[in-house]
Amino acid sequence: MAKIRAAKGAPYARIMGVGGYRPTRVVPNEVILERIDSSDEWIRSRSGIATRHWANDEETVSAMSVEAAGKAIADAGISPEQVGAVVVSTVSHFAQTPAVATEIADKVGTRKAAAFDISAGCAGFGYGLTLAKGMIVEGSAEYVLVIGVERLSDLTDLDDRSTAFLFGDGAGAVVVGPATEPHIGPSVWGSEGDKSETIKQTLPWTDYRVGDVAHIPLNARGEVKFPALTQEGQAVFRWAVYEMAKVAQQALDAAGISAADLDVFIPHQANMRIIDSMVKTLKLPEHVTVARDVEHTGNTSAASIPLAMERLLATGEAKSGDTALVIGFGAGLVYAATVVTLP
Amino acid sequence: MAATQKEIVDGLAEIVNEIAGIPVEDVQLDKSFTDDLDVDSLSMVEVVVAAEERFDVKIPDDDVKNLKTVGDATEYILKHQS
Repeated sequence: MAKIRAAKGAPYARIMGVGGYRPTRVVPNEVILERIDSSDEWIRSRSGIATRHWANDEETVSAMSVEAAGKAIADAGISPEQVGAVVVSTVSHFAQTPAVATEIADKVGTRKAAAFDISAGCAGFGYGLTLAKGMIVEGSAEYVLVIGVERLSDLTDLDDRSTAFLFGDGAGAVVVGPATEPHIGPSVWGSEGDKSETIKQTLPWTDYRVGDVAHIPLNARGEVKFPALTQEGQAVFRWAVYEMAKVAQQALDAAGISAADLDVFIPHQANMRIIDSMVKTLKLPEHVTVARDVEHTGNTSAASIPLAMERLLATGEAKSGDTALVIGFGAGLVYAATVVTLP
Repeated sequence: MAATQKEIVDGLAEIVNEIAGIPVEDVQLDKSFTDDLDVDSLSMVEVVVAAEERFDVKIPDDDVKNLKTVGDATEYILKHQS
């Protein structure tokens, strides 16, 4: 049997740079209230959200990603040609094929980097980070661009008073590269497909084919209702707070980090109430900086963790070298938690 | 040993006080969590989880929506506590 030579990877991996893109249009709760019977106070008390960004026609999934990725590459201090793979997590790129990652890899200026999309909902960033770490340690790429990007405004039912205010658009990116010491802990990740109905798209696209026209839902104005995100609020809240607190603790334990060693907590920015309750359930010490980007960004699914990370570093609330616990969780249900050193 | 009705109401009052800041004496059997005690749907989940721990009972998500009043919750716990 012939002997196959293996690739030679780096001993460890780390996040080297982060970048974000927030669409130019800031949407306050007043705009949401034009379509639903609610109030600014109600929305803020249930979600902590005051404003979110909605993308315009030019701010496509690809365009937002290229902006965020360019910043991450500059922050990492590498050149685009050094990027060996581009992993894009999104649930709101509405062309099934080809993967949007290939266009992004080209426009960012990589040299024909491997590029593909993944679908892991709000855990997408952690899934992408886990893949990137594996590629770097295994040796199939030296630098990997991980992008979380969403245009959830396209998947929002603006007439649904329980979800209309939740979602936003944006892109967050990190460059993951080689390291001589561990700067990304073990991933605690998984799926719970028995709860797949808890968060989902209302209808599959195939229901909109001509011939199935009788099934196409219309809104009160007689317009075709696009598929939208829907969720069982109480079930999601219970799972996110109590089950995900256990996963977060497992990620800390796996990395050998105690809560006292932790500087920063960056949970998926789903809802301020979830974040507050998670912090309480995890009994995080006072000194831990908690990302609360959801107030001005809404829930941007796969983009939320890198966007929150970028803002904490930009405002000085967190600094390079800080130890951060990141955890994503959402539709699937899926989750991914790990401890990282901030770039 | 299983809790009595009074112990459950007192326990729920402490939980609601802790989570929503409602005075314990306001938590009475006929009070609605949402309408009278200002416990919203997400705080209700926190109340339920705290009650599960305190009274060693499982309250599935599907049953939570039926617990409109303190009396509903008390009755549910009395019936299902182990």
